[in-house]
Amino acid sequence: MSKDAVEALSLSAITKRFGELTANDAVSLSVRVGEVVALLGENGAGKTTLMNILFGQYTADSGTVRVFGDTLPPGNSRAALDAGVGMVHQHFTLADNLTVQENITLGVHSLMKPSLGRAAAKARIAALSKKFHLAVAPDARVGTLSVGERQRVEILKALYRDVRILILDEPTAVLTPQETDDLFATLRLAIEEGLSIIFISHKLHEVMAISDRVVVLRHGKVAGGVDTKDTDKNALAAMMMGTDATAPEVSPAKPGAPLLALHNVTTVDVGSVPGLKSVSLTLKAGQVVGLAGVSGNGQAAMADVVGGLLYPKDGQVVMGGETVQSWTPRIAVQSGIARIPEDRHKTGTIADFDLVENAILERYKSPEFSNGGWLNWRKSRAFADGIIDKYDVRCPGSDTPIRLLSGGNMQKLILGRVIEANPQIILANQPVRGLDIGAVNYVHSQLLAARDRGAAVLLISEDLDEVMALSDVIYVISDGRLSPEFKRGEMTPAQLGLWMAGQGFETDSVHAS
Amino acid sequence: MRLEPIKNPTLARKLVPPAIALISTIVIASLLAMVAGANPFSIIGLILKGSFGSQFAILETLNRATPLIFTGLAVAVAFRAKFWNIGAEAQLYAGALMTVLLGTGVLPWPSFAILPLIIVVSILAGAIVLLVPALLKTRFGVDEVVTTLLFNFIFLLFVSMLLEGVLKDPMGMGWPKSARLIPEARLPRIVDGLRLHWGFGLAIFSAVCIWIIQTRSTLGYEMRAVGLNKDAAAFAGIPVNVVIVKTALLSGGLAALAGFSEVAGLKGSLTLDLSPGFGYTGIIVAMLALLNPLGVIVAALFVAGVFVGADSMSRAADVPTYLADIMLATALLLMVLAIMLTRFRVVRD
Repeated sequence: MSKDAVEALSLSAITKRFGELTANDAVSLSVRVGEVVALLGENGAGKTTLMNILFGQYTADSGTVRVFGDTLPPGNSRAALDAGVGMVHQHFTLADNLTVQENITLGVHSLMKPSLGRAAAKARIAALSKKFHLAVAPDARVGTLSVGERQRVEILKALYRDVRILILDEPTAVLTPQETDDLFATLRLAIEEGLSIIFISHKLHEVMAISDRVVVLRHGKVAGGVDTKDTDKNALAAMMMGTDATAPEVSPAKPGAPLLALHNVTTVDVGSVPGLKSVSLTLKAGQVVGLAGVSGNGQAAMADVVGGLLYPKDGQVVMGGETVQSWTPRIAVQSGIARIPEDRHKTGTIADFDLVENAILERYKSPEFSNGGWLNWRKSRAFADGIIDKYDVRCPGSDTPIRLLSGGNMQKLILGRVIEANPQIILANQPVRGLDIGAVNYVHSQLLAARDRGAAVLLISEDLDEVMALSDVIYVISDGRLSPEFKRGEMTPAQLGLWMAGQGFETDSVHAS
Repeated sequence: MRLEPIKNPTLARKLVPPAIALISTIVIASLLAMVAGANPFSIIGLILKGSFGSQFAILETLNRATPLIFTGLAVAVAFRAKFWNIGAEAQLYAGALMTVLLGTGVLPWPSFAILPLIIVVSILAGAIVLLVPALLKTRFGVDEVVTTLLFNFIFLLFVSMLLEGVLKDPMGMGWPKSARLIPEARLPRIVDGLRLHWGFGLAIFSAVCIWIIQTRSTLGYEMRAVGLNKDAAAFAGIPVNVVIVKTALLSGGLAALAGFSEVAGLKGSLTLDLSPGFGYTGIIVAMLALLNPLGVIVAALFVAGVFVGADSMSRAADVPTYLADIMLATALLLMVLAIMLTRFRVVRD
C-alpha cells in the first residue's frame, strides 16, 4: 500500500445544526491518497449528515470541504461528483428495469450525442470489472441480480466515472462473509490504483481488517482518530461509546418443551422476495434459535408467519400441540408471542403517538388497558411509566411523541412493551439494527434473561456475529429454504457463510428427491 | 429553498402564522371590495355586524353553522383515519331523503317516537351511502376520493329524479319539491320565538361525543392509529380494514344528520337546493379545525359568520356576494400554509 502525504479529501471544522440539535460539531476529517479511512460511529453520531454535507445535500453552518486542494462550493450536489468523489449507498440507487451497463452509463453520456457509444462503454466496463475483480454480466437486468452483484454494479458505476475518492456506507450490511472478503479484495486493488476510500461502518472487526486509520464520531463530535495498527476492537468500542462496553455472557441453555412449531410451511413469494419453501422449525422453551441469512431470503415471511401476519399457504403452525386455525397478530400476541419488528419506525411504533399510546399498541383491547371499548388512560400511563423506569427509556416524559426518541430508546420501549406481557415466545427480528453498542448489549441481555426465564427466542438477523453470539441453535435461510439445525459452536462463520450463499441446499434436495 | 421540520415549536411559532393568515385574508378581501367599488375599510365592520352584530345576525350564523358542524365532523372523523370522504354532500341528501320519507305522515307511530326514528334511519342511510366506497376501497383498493366525489352527482340526480317523480308534492304547484313534514317530525326551537332549532344543540352534542370517542375509546384510538401509520397498526393487530369501514359508517352518519337537521329544523321540506355545498364546505371546516372535533364547532362558526356576514355586507356595500366565497377560499389556502409554517421552517440555501 503506497502512502504519500497528498491530501485527497479534507473536511475541516464542519458544523451543522438542526434547530437545537448539533449534528456535526467542528468535525474534521482528512483522507490521503491511497488510504482507507474508516468512519465509525453509532447511529445518530453524525456520519450521514457529514456525508450529506460533502455531497451538497446540506449546507454546513461553518467549515469547508476541499477535494485535492480545491474548495467545493457549498450546497452544490454536483460539485463533489465532478471533483471525483463517488459514494456507494447502503440502499442501492439502481434502476431495476435497466441492464447493468445502462445503469453504469446512466447520466455519464450526453443524450444530445447521436451515438451512445455502447460498444466502447461495454469494453470499458469489461476492462474495469477484470481489473478490480468485479464480475458482472453487462447485459443482465439489475432486477435479476443478487444483492452482492448489485453492490458490484454500484462500485463499477463509481469507477466508471473515474472517481478518485470512494465512499462506502455500511457496505457489508447485506453481504455474506465470502462476499465481504471479495469486497475487501476489490478495495485493496482500488487502493493500489491510487484511490482513497472512506469506509463507514459499525462492525469493528471489518474496520480493523480493512482500514489504515479510524475516525470515531460520537454525538456529532470527533471522539478520536487513530491509526488502525495502534488500536484494537475494545479501544474502538470504548471510543464509540465513551465507556467500556462488554457483551453479555451467555450461559448454557436448558431447552424445555416445544412451544411453537412450523411443519412444512410454505408461503407465497412477494415480488422478487421469496416466501418460505416447506420450512420446518421448532422453538423450545429456554432456547435461542438463530436464523442467519442474507437479507431478502425469506426472513420477512418467517417473521410474518411467527408474528401472526401471514397464514401459511401450505403446512401447519402448531402451538401447544394444536394446529393454529385462525392466525392474526392479535391472536399471536394473546397466545404469548412477543414480537420485536424489523423496522421499529415503520411497523414497531407510530411516530406521532406518545409513549403511552405506543406502549399499549398491541394490547389496548386487553382488560388491563380498556373496558367495554373505553380506554383506561390511568392504567396505560402507569404501564408506560413502568417501562420507562425499568428499561431506562430516556425521554422527557411518557406524553412525548415517540418520534422524538432515539432508535435505542424506541427499541427499549418496544422491548419493555413485549417483555412486560410475560411472553412464552419472543420473535426478535433484527432487534439491534442501527443501535449503538450500549443499546445492543442491553437488548441482548434482555433476550437472554427472557430465555433463562423459560421463553423460546427466535432471533432473525443478518448480522452473523450476532446470531453466533446469542443462539443455542442456528439455522441458515437462503431463498426461502432452511438449512439443517446447527448447534452452538458447531460451525465456523465461513461454513455458515457457504450456506448463506446457497450452497449445501442442492445436495439436500438430491437427498429429498 | 427547503423545508425543515421543527421538532418542538414554540407558542409564538404556533400562533403567529395563523394570525398573519387571518390578517392577510382580511386585507385581500378589503382590496377586492375596493376594486368592486366599496370602501375597503368598512368591509370588516360590515361583515362582523352582519354575522354577529345583532340577535338576528347571531341566530342566522348559528343556523348556518349547524349543518357545517355536522359535515365538518363527518370529514374530520374520516380524514383522521386517512379515509378521504369527499362525499358528505351525498350523505347529507341521504339523511334529508329519509327525513322526508318518514316525516311526511306515512308512519302510524306515536308522535314522541317519530323524531328519534327519523334520526336513526337518517344516520343509517348516510352510513350505507358511504359503506359502498369504503368496501370498494378495502376489498378492491378503489380510490375513495374518486368514488365518494362522483357519488355526490349520482345521488343528487337520484334525489332529483324522486323529487320530479314519486316524492313530488301534489300541492307544490309543479315545483320539484317534496311534501312538507308533519309537525311531529319537525325539530322544535331551542327558545320559543327565536329562530334557532335543536339541530344546533344536536350538532354541539355530536361534536362532544366524537371528541370523547376519539380521545377515550378504543375505536378512536384505532382510527387515529390507522390514520397515522397503517403498517404499524396492522402489525399491532388492529384490523385496519374493519376500522376503515367503521370510520366510514360514522362519517356517513354524521353527514346525514346535516341533511336531517336542515329539513327537520329549518326548511320543512326537501328541495334540490337544500345544500349550497355544505358537504364540500365541511372539508374546509374540518381542515381549519385541524380535524379536532371541538375545533370543528369554532371553525363552522367562523365559516358561517363569513358567509352570513359577507352576504349582509355585499348588500350594504353593494358588492357581489362572491366575495364571501373568495374570502373563504383565501382563508383556507392561507390557513393551510400557516399550519404548515407552524411545523416547518423555510431554509434558504
